[in-house]
Amino acid sequence: MRRIQVNVNGVTYEHEVEPRLLLVHYLREGLNLTGTMVGCNTSNCGACTVLLDGQSVKSCTLFAVQADGHEITTVQGLQENGEWHPMQTAFHEKHALQCGYCTPGMIMASVSFLKENPNPNEEEIREALEGNYCRCTGYENIVKAVQQAAGQTS
Amino acid sequence: MTQAPERYMGGGLPRKEDPNLVTGKANWTDNIKLPGMLHMTMLRSPFARAKVTHLDVSSALEQPGVVAVFTGEDLADEWPGGVPCGAVVSERQNTPFFPPIVTDEVRFVGDVVAVVVANNRYAAQDALEFIEVDYEPLEPVVNMEDALKEGSPLVHEDLETNECFTYTAGVGNVDELFDKTDDSEDKGAALRGPEVEGRGDTDEAFSRSDVVVKERYIQQRLLPTAIEPRATVAYPDPGHEGYVMYSSTQVPHLAKVVLSLATGIPENQIRVVAPDVGGGFGSKLNVYREEILAVVLAKRLDTPVKWVEDRSENYQATIHGRGQIQDIELAANSDGKILGMRVKLLDDMGAYLQLLTPAISVSGAAMFPGVYTFDAFSIEIKGVFTNLTPTDAYRGAGRPEACYAIERAIDALARELNMDPVEIRRRNFFEPFNEPTANPAGLEYDSFNLQAVLDRAIELADYESLRQEQQRRREDNDPVQLGIGLSTYTEICGLGPSQALAGLGLGGGGWEAANVRMLVTGKVEVATGTSPHGQGHETSWSQITADVLGVTPDDVDVIHGDTDAVPFGRDTYGSRSLAVGGIAVWHAANKVVEKGKKIAAHMLEASEDDIEFEGGKFSVAGSPDQNVSIQDVSGQAYLGADLPEGMEPVLNESVVFDPPNFTFPFGAHICVTEVDTETGSVKIRDYIAVDDCGPVINPTIVDGQLHGGLAQGIAQALYEGVIYDEDGNLITASMVNYMIPGAPELPNFTLDRTVTPSPSNPLGVKGVGEAGTIGAPPAVINSVVDALSPMGIKHIDMPASPMRVWKAIQNAQGQQSGDRQQDAALEASGADIEQGGDA
Repeated sequence: MRRIQVNVNGVTYEHEVEPRLLLVHYLREGLNLTGTMVGCNTSNCGACTVLLDGQSVKSCTLFAVQADGHEITTVQGLQENGEWHPMQTAFHEKHALQCGYCTPGMIMASVSFLKENPNPNEEEIREALEGNYCRCTGYENIVKAVQQAAGQTS
Repeated sequence: MTQAPERYMGGGLPRKEDPNLVTGKANWTDNIKLPGMLHMTMLRSPFARAKVTHLDVSSALEQPGVVAVFTGEDLADEWPGGVPCGAVVSERQNTPFFPPIVTDEVRFVGDVVAVVVANNRYAAQDALEFIEVDYEPLEPVVNMEDALKEGSPLVHEDLETNECFTYTAGVGNVDELFDKTDDSEDKGAALRGPEVEGRGDTDEAFSRSDVVVKERYIQQRLLPTAIEPRATVAYPDPGHEGYVMYSSTQVPHLAKVVLSLATGIPENQIRVVAPDVGGGFGSKLNVYREEILAVVLAKRLDTPVKWVEDRSENYQATIHGRGQIQDIELAANSDGKILGMRVKLLDDMGAYLQLLTPAISVSGAAMFPGVYTFDAFSIEIKGVFTNLTPTDAYRGAGRPEACYAIERAIDALARELNMDPVEIRRRNFFEPFNEPTANPAGLEYDSFNLQAVLDRAIELADYESLRQEQQRRREDNDPVQLGIGLSTYTEICGLGPSQALAGLGLGGGGWEAANVRMLVTGKVEVATGTSPHGQGHETSWSQITADVLGVTPDDVDVIHGDTDAVPFGRDTYGSRSLAVGGIAVWHAANKVVEKGKKIAAHMLEASEDDIEFEGGKFSVAGSPDQNVSIQDVSGQAYLGADLPEGMEPVLNESVVFDPPNFTFPFGAHICVTEVDTETGSVKIRDYIAVDDCGPVINPTIVDGQLHGGLAQGIAQALYEGVIYDEDGNLITASMVNYMIPGAPELPNFTLDRTVTPSPSNPLGVKGVGEAGTIGAPPAVINSVVDALSPMGIKHIDMPASPMRVWKAIQNAQGQQSGDRQQDAALEASGADIEQGGDA
């Protein structure tokens, strides 16, 4: 067992964890932050995407111990003062989700992407989200949501 | 002046489902934690076919955290019914016993040999390594045509054959491929209807035709790939002396029945809850061995048991879709008018029958004629066992297969006759109709206006300009060629009339239930038997209810997915929910209004006949000031102190709606591709889809359903395909090597719609969930073939990967230059589906 200290969504946690414990299981089962999900176990689908020090990572292919000393943001930490993040609003308004299982990961990847590229074109958005699979929407409305969150449409 | 009532139906109300989903508050099955909950893992077979000669679980039992390990023998008494199959398509259907854990022989890679229960999932997973198993590998059956040959190894030796069933329909011989045996029988009578008697004989139609095209197509197996893998939590419910199962399922009600049949636990002691469910696409329209095991172990161990599938298990153990070899022949006159169609199918069952396995191809049988009217049709289907994962419903379930075959074949016929694919379709379309009209298989279509959807699609695509551009590129020898592919489709939705479902071998039970109750405060609860997993029923049912009752959608709460909380229903699949379940809601809400009218008349001291209802207010005809709101009426009904004599208190109405007919959405799709002849890569430049699903309740949701369906249809055409090796090992066993398309692979879509109401229900709605998946694959492949047709390429099997397209081009160019060397891999149209995806 190893002791780790992780700041998740603004709260600092200290736990003894097995070195092999996946970050996503630490979040879900250790911290009850069930807004982050597992979809593929091979870091292809991106359902488990969270931010590590502001950068998107796939929490099913990181061990919890690798998050030691870092800041993690999950979809449950996106709201500020009870207000939805503009990306959450955009996903809702553009109907960028159906079953919603990929949505938290998709939103986190999109938030991270717009930090890197605040004014992307459509092709750049599609390329940026290639590591996040959605089986319901066909992606068109997800692209529109990211465009809206980037201030390109209303 | 009173304001006109707002109409919510037809508007793109933002979804009520979204807030929990975008903020991470959804309630997925894997979120559930219960005191004393144990975790279950499966030991799965690494062999497609093998005898289990030795099994010792004692070391596994000693591992830390392990509570129990069970073999098939330990638990055999717990499942008298095995994993049930709910479809019987022939009286002579072979239905093997399907044990949740095998006892002697494993029959596909992923079959279950033992189960471990431990106090956390890591410990349960670790313990699997300590189970000792000796296998005696046997030669597996991995190919349908081989499976039917004399002397083939048998998937189920006790059945003495690999044939599951033979189904025939129509008049005329379907000859060579199958030996007609006396067990060929006609269970399609109820489906085909009385008109079939007057239908022509295909033998006669073929003998007098000018031209016959004969095609062979492969429907590769697909992995449904809901992004949420399956998950189940079962626990004892001492208050009811029964068991509760939370599961990631499309079918909580069917599961309640099937669990009872499998385990012998009385149905009324089983409660099933589908919490938030992360997609299904048919793969969760099933009751799986793992669900049965979770309930059985919760019973044995008297404690909650949880199972969560990982993706590799999902690909091995959750059903696969499609899996057909299709032989289709069209006979036509030289003017392009079709005279007859013959179809022969081999349908891959896999190793066992899941809930609906044999019914998938059979329910699509009468859809092979598509949107064309002609005289003679015959079909024969053989279901075949293989040592592969069982197949079952995947989005479209029988109709994408049928649509692909006819839409590819009609293009082949157009090519043979040197006709434009638009023109040949027009010559064979049904004229518009609004009353049930029989198709060549005798199936009664509900309403069509095919000319309108095709005209609109051609206009949106600017078809003539595209043909001109195509011509220019051909003349310029452009390395990137333009393809224009059409698909005009219909599908069978609104499952369904109970009697007709019985005719399909599904027993019946196609109705849907709804309960609408207005509470004392004027708020409304709608309990529905449908079980959404992304379709937005909470929003759409609220729109329907709000319009009928004159309230707002926010006043309405929709309850679903809990067999203890809603009237017994038939769940969500087959684009049935709106056309059956939504209509049940509409009827129930109208019953509330009818009862309200009586109470309002009593309150207003007027005759019931004089009461009008609009915008949430009951008023006396001619005296609009004499009125009472539905909320006040509800309060009066709830208190019950002053009601018309003999009336029961409370506004609480239930309806079970059994539709008189299916519904048949239709549409015209045009796919414009750019095919790089140097690399074989295919880019979809434009995709135009004009669909008619009748009146639309929520256009935003409908467009979303179309997008998603098109994405999965394009995925089948260009990207996805299950690959097994010759030993029956699943090569595409994770997302690393099964190509589901991401955002860069898919285009934006140009959508439009026409509105032809269905006579099958009072709102005229048809359903839309599977339209894209059905219309897209032939549109895409027709487009790719169209681009390459000057090279003499007539067919490329799905998925048309760059490698396949490139090889087809190389082969065609070789032939053109006189080089007759055939690339063996290019026997594409005859390739086994097991080798079907060399992407």
